[in-house]
Amino acid sequence: MLSKKNKEILLGPLSKNNPVIVQILGICSALAVTAKLEPALVMAVSVTAVVAFANVIISLLRNTIPNSIRIIVQLVVVAALVIIVDQVLKAYMYQVSKQLSVFVGLIITNCILMGRLEAFALSHKPWESFLDGVGNGVGYGIILVIVAFFRELLGSGTLFGYQVIPQQLYDWGYQNNGLMILPPMALITVACIIWVHRSRNKDLQQ
Amino acid sequence: MENLNLFVRSIFIDNMIFAYFLGMCSYLAVSKNVKTAFGLGIAVTFVLAITLPVNYLLETYVLKAGALKWLGPEYAQLDLSFLSLIMFIAIIASMVQLVEMFVEKYSPSLYASLGIFLPLIAVNCAILGGSLFMQQRNFPSVTSATVYGIGSGIGWMLAIVCLAAIREKLSYSNIPAPLRGIGITFIITGLMGIAFMSFLGIKL
Repeated sequence: MLSKKNKEILLGPLSKNNPVIVQILGICSALAVTAKLEPALVMAVSVTAVVAFANVIISLLRNTIPNSIRIIVQLVVVAALVIIVDQVLKAYMYQVSKQLSVFVGLIITNCILMGRLEAFALSHKPWESFLDGVGNGVGYGIILVIVAFFRELLGSGTLFGYQVIPQQLYDWGYQNNGLMILPPMALITVACIIWVHRSRNKDLQQ
Repeated sequence: MENLNLFVRSIFIDNMIFAYFLGMCSYLAVSKNVKTAFGLGIAVTFVLAITLPVNYLLETYVLKAGALKWLGPEYAQLDLSFLSLIMFIAIIASMVQLVEMFVEKYSPSLYASLGIFLPLIAVNCAILGGSLFMQQRNFPSVTSATVYGIGSGIGWMLAIVCLAAIREKLSYSNIPAPLRGIGITFIITGLMGIAFMSFLGIKL
């Protein structure tokens, strides 16, 4: 089940080959949904599910898809999975689905999906593709959660909506940093993560 | 007047890149020199200006709840909006294909300069994002949908050309090694986003 090679496929994308901060894929949604921790987590789970199952389906179909129309086929498979995710979110987590608004639909054009389908699923067996999908989804999720953690903690003083910074601090004059909630700070937070990551992994530096 | 306001808003305030981070992947990957950035910007504006009105008509006459009333009273109950994602992406993919063939036939020089970017636009988040925002905002007419498309395309182009210009100059500066390349690009985009926030509140 988990040979050494498969383990590498599953764990590689978590740090050394992370889709967001090393391959620079799927940035759009990584930045836009991270103002709060809860939508970020839901988004991470949705993307993981879609990328894992799209990988499996494309990998099963890989010998029957004509090369010239593969992009359309991939888009249709991904769009179908995203519609399922969208409907499930609307049915069971309506509030979060409202917060995510168009970004659930935009999973279709998330570059991680097209990147993994093109680069991996078209040339590997279903089980390996599944592991690759889960690995990349989780690698994407880790970055989302880290960014959302700092933005929510510093921006609104809460985590998952619960107050974590004690009232006492506010009485002493502590203020929430409103800038962290605004879009530009998401970019700068990701830049800081890239900075830390690359100074630990010297081989990734340019 | 309404449309002029929408146009300015979609360029500066609701900018695709700085306010919603749409189309970031190609924004970061293709912003190494001004000329290609400009070509991609033109292509994105072009495709947005075509797909938004088409998707608007599709949304109004086929997909919205009760939109099929023109077929007869028994269709008035239908709500096909769950199909909108797959319909939009299909329209976008086929429109991109059409535009590609058209440009290849009538302007081979533009085709050569756009090269690989044209087919890749089909999976650019900014295009699908434009259609989804259009659906969310319920524009009153097809004209305002077109204006919104052109405006957000120009906003995207403005952002990518600015970034490309800064990155060209940046190659002469001494940046800490871990930030070189993509790290510093993120920080610059963030700072540009803060600068663009100063347009907030403009109303014509």
